Amino acid sequence: MSRGARLLAVAGATAVAVALVAIYVADFLAANPTPLRAAPAPRGAQLTLQTVASYGHDPHPDWVSYLARDGSGKWHHTTIFKVPAHALVRVTVYQYDTATGLRNPFWSQVRGTVGNTMTVDGRTLHALPPDDASHTFAIPELGVSVPLKGVGDNAPNQCSVAPCTAAQAHTTVTFTFRTGNPGRFRWQCFVPCAASFVFGNGGPMQSIGWMDGYVQVV
Amino acid sequence: MTSNLAPAAAPSGEPHIRRLIVIWVVLSAIGVALVVFALGPHMPPWTFSDEARDQRNINIMLAALATPVLLAVWMALVYSIVAFRQRGVAIVDGTPIHGGGRLEVAWIVVTTLIVVSLAVAGTAALFGTTKGAGGGQGPDPLAVPHGSLPPLQVQVIGQQWAWTFRYPAFGGVETTQIAIPAGRVIALHVTSLDVNHSFWAIRLGVKADAIPGSDNVAFVRPRRPGSFRIRCAELCGLWHGHMFTTGLVLTPAAFSSWIRRQVVANAAATRTLPPYSTHYFPEPLRRAG
Repeated sequence: MSRGARLLAVAGATAVAVALVAIYVADFLAANPTPLRAAPAPRGAQLTLQTVASYGHDPHPDWVSYLARDGSGKWHHTTIFKVPAHALVRVTVYQYDTATGLRNPFWSQVRGTVGNTMTVDGRTLHALPPDDASHTFAIPELGVSVPLKGVGDNAPNQCSVAPCTAAQAHTTVTFTFRTGNPGRFRWQCFVPCAASFVFGNGGPMQSIGWMDGYVQVV
Repeated sequence: MTSNLAPAAAPSGEPHIRRLIVIWVVLSAIGVALVVFALGPHMPPWTFSDEARDQRNINIMLAALATPVLLAVWMALVYSIVAFRQRGVAIVDGTPIHGGGRLEVAWIVVTTLIVVSLAVAGTAALFGTTKGAGGGQGPDPLAVPHGSLPPLQVQVIGQQWAWTFRYPAFGGVETTQIAIPAGRVIALHVTSLDVNHSFWAIRLGVKADAIPGSDNVAFVRPRRPGSFRIRCAELCGLWHGHMFTTGLVLTPAAFSSWIRRQVVANAAATRTLPPYSTHYFPEPLRRAG
């Protein structure tokens, strides 16, 4: 093979490798779900979420997931939320999953919300029995962590396909947190609601759009 | 086809060797002085703790020892390119070299001395000062500090994806931030609740793997109040890159005040925690339903 042909082959192979890496990175970056803007509310915004034990649709019908509701009442399968800076964000979570329990009971205490409290079905609480937690909504960099009470194992009319309805078994959790400067903050669940090999978080707990996401303070 | 690879006539190498040695000695003296006195004080992990200072000193020594070696290689390369460059179109092979017993003995002796002295220095750092050099020593540390005050026990718990810290001497309170008093030996008990993590506080000179079901002990004695960054140094999943936090070194009085506040603020969670243990079994293993 001539020197020119060898150079051409090396350049071609390099270009293909770079293109493949670029496509992979672009695909990874574009794979995130569409952000949902929290509905305007007095002094801030209202974010309405639900958790479901199984999404019920492709590509992972059996994965546990969060969903978010827009201002018109439509549910979206997203975990990227836009909220205003320097504002109060009131969060309502309709919790349809059963309790798994916390691996670290430390997260059973409500932190980082206004008054360090939440309401569960209208009752104000500072903490939850660790075994009653089905999920948590935690934004570590903002110091926010709220355990979400699971529905009873034997509760009638449990939901298995998202979006779940008000008629199905659920608990309602509300809390409010205050945002600061603009930024992008990741949030996650600390309950091992999708365990993997050996003890680590699996599938939906490792995937943005399911049990992890971002709070975009704008 | 005619061969252009015929050996060249052997030139006398003595002037070149003398010149090389002189240049090397001068450059090494300058280079080592720069490394020790100019670069050294700025080398990580600096001097925030006894362990960090020891590691910094070892790094300075390693760099000072490596400098003459590096300069010798670079100098030989540059000198060869300049002095022995083949001029003209013909490619002529160099003179074959055989033997060189004195040279072989010299490099074996020199490299042995360097390696042995580094081993001695490293061992001295491991068992000197506070003991342990900041590295995790497993559940039964060989290098244990002896002082008037027993080490303050602080448990470091890794979990996908956050660090929490537990203080058995203060009712087992758990916190999201670590604070430690300056001037006191701290025993960090590093463990994990799920997968392997690694507790890395570079300014403290501490790096210890967090392994589920294991108690990895590292010792550190911070020298003055300030803050230090903590990162996970073991790829642990989706939010590995976000598994960082900031720790505090406080004066003993400020630490007493801080820990009292933590006990009050985390009272609700503390009541739900299991009794303090050097490690915890990661339950539950499976989701409900």
